[in-house]
Amino acid sequence: MSSTSSQTPLPTPEGRAIARAPSRWLWFHKLGSPPYAYGLASRLRPWFMGATVILMLVGVFGGLVLAPPDYQQKDAFRIIYVHVPAAIMSLQVYMAMAIAAAVGLIWRMKLAHAFAAACAPVGAWFTVLALATGSIYGKPMWGTWWEWDPRLTSELILLFLYLGYMALRESFDDIPRADRASAILAIVGVVNVPIVKYSVVWWNSLHQAPTISKIDTPSITLSMGWPLYTLVLAFMLYFAAVMCDRLRSEILRRERNASWLMENIDRS
Amino acid sequence: MNLQDFLSMSGYAAYVWPCYGLTAAVLIWMVWSARSQWRREIVRAQRRVLSQQQTGQQEVQS
Repeated sequence: MSSTSSQTPLPTPEGRAIARAPSRWLWFHKLGSPPYAYGLASRLRPWFMGATVILMLVGVFGGLVLAPPDYQQKDAFRIIYVHVPAAIMSLQVYMAMAIAAAVGLIWRMKLAHAFAAACAPVGAWFTVLALATGSIYGKPMWGTWWEWDPRLTSELILLFLYLGYMALRESFDDIPRADRASAILAIVGVVNVPIVKYSVVWWNSLHQAPTISKIDTPSITLSMGWPLYTLVLAFMLYFAAVMCDRLRSEILRRERNASWLMENIDRS
Repeated sequence: MNLQDFLSMSGYAAYVWPCYGLTAAVLIWMVWSARSQWRREIVRAQRRVLSQQQTGQQEVQS
């Protein structure tokens, strides 16, 4: 019954310091410190980039060559291998941005604001890709480039949310003010995320039903599905790799500590 | 399967290839722009540090 961990620490100053050191929130404070995050991003980027390139090549080869043609859509269905990952990322990046903005607002964590600001252009480009490839996909399948359909319209609103967030940031010279105002916009815009996601379920949409989100009964067979899963993972790692550079840019832009800058910026 | 069949995408080549080309172009451009922006921020930060040091020295001299 004599467990050492339950013993109360000695009432000496040293004993207290040792007992308090391994805090549950240490990782949070560490990750929240810009120098640590900067170094971590520098170290992780090559790994994210390498994994992205490998998985993208494997996924595209699987999607274009190995996967059998669809019985209805023939080879046109191969567009989903770029369309679906881009569309998934357009929503996931928004959630990441809104959560980071909320963390920045609630705990006044500067690094979280920097992360949110770095997310926006990447998310906007994923949204553009989802809309553009979806439009090209729609032409042969539906006979139209565009339809004011719930899924398409809500995805377009997502693009406007990203652009609005970026424009709002641009309108402030003061970074902390831009952080606070844009964080509120990002958090309010979260209501659009479930609308995009479930629009094909809630309303009669021209858009086809989800391809992979129904985990128990996926509507895609494994021979067609594995390149899609691979490419979704590749797009996530791609986002991580790009964020390593974009977050480091944001940290440099915000850092005013000259001695820290001198020590860190020369490292590649 | 020969190359001609592969490239024709059972008649959907005009839709499939632009999607892949556009996606590749955007993804490559985003990597490049993030990288070059980071390099620009390094130069800017170095300039900032230099000007801070110079103004610091001027204050000491005066």
